[in-house]
Amino acid sequence: MHFHDGRVPQEYRQYIGRKVLFLVLLGGALFMVLLLSISLGAARIPLVDVARSLVGMETARKIEIIVWNIRLPQALSAMVAGAGLALSGAVMQSILRNPLGSPFTLGIAHAAAFGAAVGVMVLGGGIMTSSSVGSVQITNPYLTTVAAFVFSIGAAAVIVAIARMRGATPEVMVLTGVALGSFFTAGTMLLQFFADDVQLAAMVFWTFGDTARANWQELLGMSIVVTVVALYFFVNSWNYNAIDAGEETAKGLGVRVDRVRTVGMLLASVLTATVIGFLGIIGFVGLVVPHMVRRIIGSDNRFLLPGAFVGGALMLLASDTVARLLLAPHVLPVSVLTAFLGAPVFLWLILRGGRK
Amino acid sequence: MIVETCHLHFAYKEYAILEEIDFQVRPGELLAILGPNGVGKTTLLKCLNGMHRASAGAVMVEGVDVLRMRPIDIATRIGYVAQKSETARLTVFDAVLMGRKPHIRWRTSDHDLETVEAAIRHLHLEDKSLRFIDQLSGGELQKVCIARALVQEPKLLLLDEPTSALDLKNQIDIMRLLRRVVDEHGLGAVMTMHDLNKAMRYADSVLMLKDGKVFSHLETGRVTAAMIESVYGLAVEIHNINGHPLVVPQESGQNVHCC
Repeated sequence: MHFHDGRVPQEYRQYIGRKVLFLVLLGGALFMVLLLSISLGAARIPLVDVARSLVGMETARKIEIIVWNIRLPQALSAMVAGAGLALSGAVMQSILRNPLGSPFTLGIAHAAAFGAAVGVMVLGGGIMTSSSVGSVQITNPYLTTVAAFVFSIGAAAVIVAIARMRGATPEVMVLTGVALGSFFTAGTMLLQFFADDVQLAAMVFWTFGDTARANWQELLGMSIVVTVVALYFFVNSWNYNAIDAGEETAKGLGVRVDRVRTVGMLLASVLTATVIGFLGIIGFVGLVVPHMVRRIIGSDNRFLLPGAFVGGALMLLASDTVARLLLAPHVLPVSVLTAFLGAPVFLWLILRGGRK
Repeated sequence: MIVETCHLHFAYKEYAILEEIDFQVRPGELLAILGPNGVGKTTLLKCLNGMHRASAGAVMVEGVDVLRMRPIDIATRIGYVAQKSETARLTVFDAVLMGRKPHIRWRTSDHDLETVEAAIRHLHLEDKSLRFIDQLSGGELQKVCIARALVQEPKLLLLDEPTSALDLKNQIDIMRLLRRVVDEHGLGAVMTMHDLNKAMRYADSVLMLKDGKVFSHLETGRVTAAMIESVYGLAVEIHNINGHPLVVPQESGQNVHCC
């Protein structure tokens, strides 16, 4: 059957226009916070100088070094990590049809922490330096990063394998994730119990997600993964919308539900594992940001996913800037702040949702 | 024929659910699948669009075996309205627009938006176009689901108990709506139903299942009380009220008077 007498309603165009405007404003806010983030810190740089340095105009050597070697890579790391984590959380929540879908609920963050502990203790990854925690060092950060990445992907692979055997239902995936989280937490505790003082400090330190860890090279690697996976997710936004409407409805619309869920789950895990592997565990961004954006822009993944992407970048960059300034001259790892902020924000969202 | 089954069998593990199912659906025909709980009505419906893979036999959609078709190609020919639809924070317009998914490649076109607007108007939902679907009543939500299936521009519509969760007025509204789209657009439609009266009043034909097999496939006017009693194990009478058949369960001890 065909409908021939339709016309595009003006009100719908305006409604979509408002969503696009929100995304543009979010992007504008992100740019402003980026300039502020580079400007603020132990050495305050005027915004004009920040702008001059960023566009390649001549500025003082000291400013060049602070902007290009310290603040810009850290700010960009925060943006890329925040965008990746929030997008990964939004996709997991959608394909699992579970508002608690996040790297934590599914045991992926726990697997990364265990991997890092294995890297430090069993593989002798040793000791890492940090701008925020100077006394603890890990000599071979790449080994720890790779171990964390491998274990996170391993956890995701187990979830996907069990989902393939038992059917890729949200229940199977979430329950497998909970079981894996518990298993890896136990493993980490076991390693920590037998670790010496230095190893224990290194293991615990690794779990403090810190955007200052990434250099330009690592930032490039992280950006490539985040961009490619994000494009895949954006292209599949209609599939996630269809799954949101129910599995049978999605199948009736020609969506290969199991395949979309499995590939989405795997890529969301790659995204999370890449960020966590390079920077350590940063909690709550993946859980809270999609919920906040959904409140404003709705559940339509065509807008929710880009909104979570930009919103995640904005939230982690703002949190990272505050974490650097809050206890100056000490620098707080951003993960501490996101965890502190995330919990009350999430509770507020629940209470506000209940009153609706 | 839009859809035709040839010796269709469906088994779950070693348990046979459906056996030797043969029937056809013509354009402009509204077919109701009837039978007691657990007889395989929904399973049969899902075999028709390849959601369930038949163990033996075939389902032919416009002459092509449904299992040889890509899901997206099936979706451009067959619309499916599930018994239960989830409500997300989507507007009515966007929820219906989702039905264009099998036709959308990269982005929605003006043609997609125009089709959705026309379908929404056709189903008298235009004043709710920008309302969120989680704010709708059950009847309105069911209309949205039907509109979503219609914008797929299908030749066949499958509906799993389309009136099961609705009040009386909404049940009648939905059945009239289905009758209208079938008559006006020449669609074929297959629905599973428990309500014999609605099925006999609005459908063109019924397919009665018993023990996983076709007990009878005939025009609604030819259904007898004896057939219903045999399928459901309950004695009934069929009365004629204002030209419409009305199935009434018989009190125990009464004889069956069929017409």
